[in-house]
Amino acid sequence: MKNINYIIGNENTIDTPLEPFSDCVINFLNDVSSCLLKSSKIREFTDLSAFAFWARKANIQNLKNLMGGGKINRLGRGLCFHIAPSNIPVNSVFSYAFALLAGCSNIVRLPSKDFPQVDFICNFLKEFLKNYPEIEKRTAFVKYEKDDEINAYFSSIADCRMIWGGDKTIELFKSYKTKPRCFDITFPDRYSIAIINAEEIKTLDEDKLKRFSIDFYNDTYLMDQNACSSPQLIYWLNDNKTARDKFWEFVYTCAKEKYNFQDAVSVDKYTKICEDAILNSDYISNFQNVENLLYRIELNKIDENITELRGNGGYFYEYSLKNYDELFNIINEKYQTITYFGINPETLRNDIIKNNLKGIDRIVPIGKAMDIDVIWDGHNLIYELSREIV
Amino acid sequence: MLNYDEILNIAPYSLNKNEKEKLLFDGLFDLTKYHYENCGNYRKILNTLNINFDALKTVSDIPFIPVRLFKEFNLASIKEDEIFKTMTSSGTSGQAVSKIVLDKATALNQQKTLVKIVSDFTGASRMPMLIIDSPSVIKNRLMFSARGAGILGFSIFGADRTYALDEDMNLDLKAIETFLDKHKGKPILLFGFTFMIWQYFYKELKKLNKKLDISNGILIHGGGWKKLINEAVSKEDFKKALKDVCALNNVHDYYGMVEQTGCVYMECEYGHLHASIFSDVIIRNTKDFSLAPIGEKGIIQVVSLLPESYPGHSLLTEDEGIILGEDDCPCGRKGKYFNILGRIKNAEIRGCSDTYEKH
Repeated sequence: MKNINYIIGNENTIDTPLEPFSDCVINFLNDVSSCLLKSSKIREFTDLSAFAFWARKANIQNLKNLMGGGKINRLGRGLCFHIAPSNIPVNSVFSYAFALLAGCSNIVRLPSKDFPQVDFICNFLKEFLKNYPEIEKRTAFVKYEKDDEINAYFSSIADCRMIWGGDKTIELFKSYKTKPRCFDITFPDRYSIAIINAEEIKTLDEDKLKRFSIDFYNDTYLMDQNACSSPQLIYWLNDNKTARDKFWEFVYTCAKEKYNFQDAVSVDKYTKICEDAILNSDYISNFQNVENLLYRIELNKIDENITELRGNGGYFYEYSLKNYDELFNIINEKYQTITYFGINPETLRNDIIKNNLKGIDRIVPIGKAMDIDVIWDGHNLIYELSREIV
Repeated sequence: MLNYDEILNIAPYSLNKNEKEKLLFDGLFDLTKYHYENCGNYRKILNTLNINFDALKTVSDIPFIPVRLFKEFNLASIKEDEIFKTMTSSGTSGQAVSKIVLDKATALNQQKTLVKIVSDFTGASRMPMLIIDSPSVIKNRLMFSARGAGILGFSIFGADRTYALDEDMNLDLKAIETFLDKHKGKPILLFGFTFMIWQYFYKELKKLNKKLDISNGILIHGGGWKKLINEAVSKEDFKKALKDVCALNNVHDYYGMVEQTGCVYMECEYGHLHASIFSDVIIRNTKDFSLAPIGEKGIIQVVSLLPESYPGHSLLTEDEGIILGEDDCPCGRKGKYFNILGRIKNAEIRGCSDTYEKH
């Protein structure tokens, strides 16, 4: 088709599957990783360095062991069509690497918007692939302007699809005809929360609080709270005002120092609190704004509609939680990640299962909200992008 | 509430800083209370923001609401049956538009205020008026777009109103020449929107290689520079271009918005935009909204004594500007004078919840 720009590869991508965690893929990823980590450019792109760190042989080997080690009796599903998200640029590469590890060949549709880190990694991969013909044959990165025909074409030849980009993108791509056996993994809009035990905050000294606030910052401000896994609402267990204020004071200090605070974000946040005042004032018991950098909206009740309350760029809802049951009552399939501090994640996980909840796919410590991996959004991507031969 | 008719008797650029502060503060404080009592949504906002009326001591203490809210909510301090007309901003198709509800009193005060301000620049007598737009813009009288409202608002200064463009936005050279012949030697008022003038008047004349003599004209134009900045056309380029094609010497830009119709900010002979006694601009640090000193750029808050039917008396715009001085412009007008620097840059969204783009 004429309007497809092949950034990497060409229209002759083969669909012959590989075994998951095949040596050539592991070696390829490791080479990419070590060269990326050595590159002077990597410092500009912290997201790519996270990818490079993840792609190390030691880590991949570890994942392989977790998935059953040497013999897992699987083969990739075939050709995977990735609809990459346009605003977490690095996920294009993660998505590709996950499917490659599962044994799939790949057509990655890059966002039409240009990102410097995407340009950089594409040039980088292109060079590397020359040494890996088996992978080169299984790799295409494409760009094209809005085009139903091209979307439909790639969908029609795919054996599986990774559809990022939220509800509307999924709706669009589901409207295209696919092979009867085509398997879709969709990443819809999700909602995430944090749970902090105030009692445990009290035990932290200044140094630890500082480190903790940086972890929280990395989960939130770093991506403007736009990632699905970034917490919107902070639940306080064993609530204590002094501990809370102390925590926020450190978060504010950290944001003041690190946050790339765009002008428009201050207006967005101010507009948001006015919108909340009009639409949700019966939920709001208190509001504090520290120099537009930190907005704290204290809630006096929670219900199943609370997932509609979403802020960006340092706009946090918080609620004093009596017990888990109060939270479990309102959790639905929209909930993705709980980031936590000072609680036992095992107990929480067991309680979620015991209570038969439809939401929560992930419980990770504060600071790990963004760490994407082969188990994501409740999916074991290696398993789902491959088929088991029994 | 303040008696607006009394204020209308004060010359629009006659008050110094302290006199104006007192006038504005008293009026804005009353308006804040009035809207708090009469507009439920506004009351919710002030309650959530923890506004304490006793703590409001100066004009800059008056709470402001983002101008964007008028695109999302009905904000009215009057009952449905008191609505005299609803004005809308002229957003491009698909964009949300602001909806501003007016009762008769507010609409009338807007008109009277505009007359006071503009006649300070044009003189009190009516002039033959050439409108550089298409008559189709004002056809729908029920929903006034900002463009239509601007034309109608300024029409009060003109006699023998003639449109320079036809229904399809083509230059109507015949109408223009007939008009100019008829009023040869007389002062003429021209009015239009900055981009329309550039695109459909100047560029067409240039293309036709046609020179007109409107050396006795005074042009008032507004609507913003966004599109012209994209074409890399500066204020100076604009003025020079018009001088080239029609010998215009007297050109005044104005800054205004549909959310505060009436109290426009006119550009003086020295190229400065001026705040009249009916309204003011406050420049704030774009990040924390603290007050910016003279000479420092920031986000623009506009306050106005006019809005009684809707809570638009203190608004945070999305424009950036810079105060050049106060009470000491060489043109002699008192009050703040300033420049507009354009809209604040849209936030670059990082994250995956807002990833929907064109497919």
